[in-house]
Amino acid sequence: MSYTAAALLGVLGAVLVDLVVLRTRLVTRVVFWSTYPIVIVFQLLSNGILTGRHIVIYDPAAILGLRIAYAPVEDLLFGFALVLLTLSLWVWLGRRGVDRSPRAGEGSALLDRLR
Amino acid sequence: MRHLAYLSVLAGCLLAALWLEPVLKVNVLRRWRRLVLTVVPVVIVFVLWDLAAIAAGHWTFDPAQTTGVLFPGGLPLDEVMFFVVVPICAILGFEAVRAVLRKPAGDE
Repeated sequence: MSYTAAALLGVLGAVLVDLVVLRTRLVTRVVFWSTYPIVIVFQLLSNGILTGRHIVIYDPAAILGLRIAYAPVEDLLFGFALVLLTLSLWVWLGRRGVDRSPRAGEGSALLDRLR
Repeated sequence: MRHLAYLSVLAGCLLAALWLEPVLKVNVLRRWRRLVLTVVPVVIVFVLWDLAAIAAGHWTFDPAQTTGVLFPGGLPLDEVMFFVVVPICAILGFEAVRAVLRKPAGDE
């Protein structure tokens, strides 16, 4: 299997976990898609260094060859699967009552002042 | 020093995200049990993927720019740390966006 196929399967697996297995439905939520652009910027930056400086080297036969900021486009799919699985588990655990509080922003003087 | 190239990138990611804990009080590190329970399965799944990818020859790592500590299957410690650091940064970012936008995420 190529990295391209593996990355597509990874995204499919993560979306299935989110929608069917844990039913967190993050891909339907504004908060997820508001977070993702921020994640992408930092991913392109860090991944660009890892691939541009040849810290990680890809087999040209395993990828399409389309690159964004030095990194194979497949890495964007890999990163999406990694982040979606992570956030789905995080939200699922919270829903099950594991460390639901203190909530995000609780006790932030800065946020209180901004509001 | 060149051996620390990969780890330096991860340190940069952490620096870019960790300030959210004290400044916006995202309370991700304070909810460390939930954080550990999230990161452990993610590390397991992605280490398995990585081992399969290394075995299939999808990617290799420059020995001069990684720590040189290898797990069985040729998996560098640096890469395992990637699967610890990136989820932590993603959750910090996600909780920061929540704190600012006050949009539901499904665990309220």
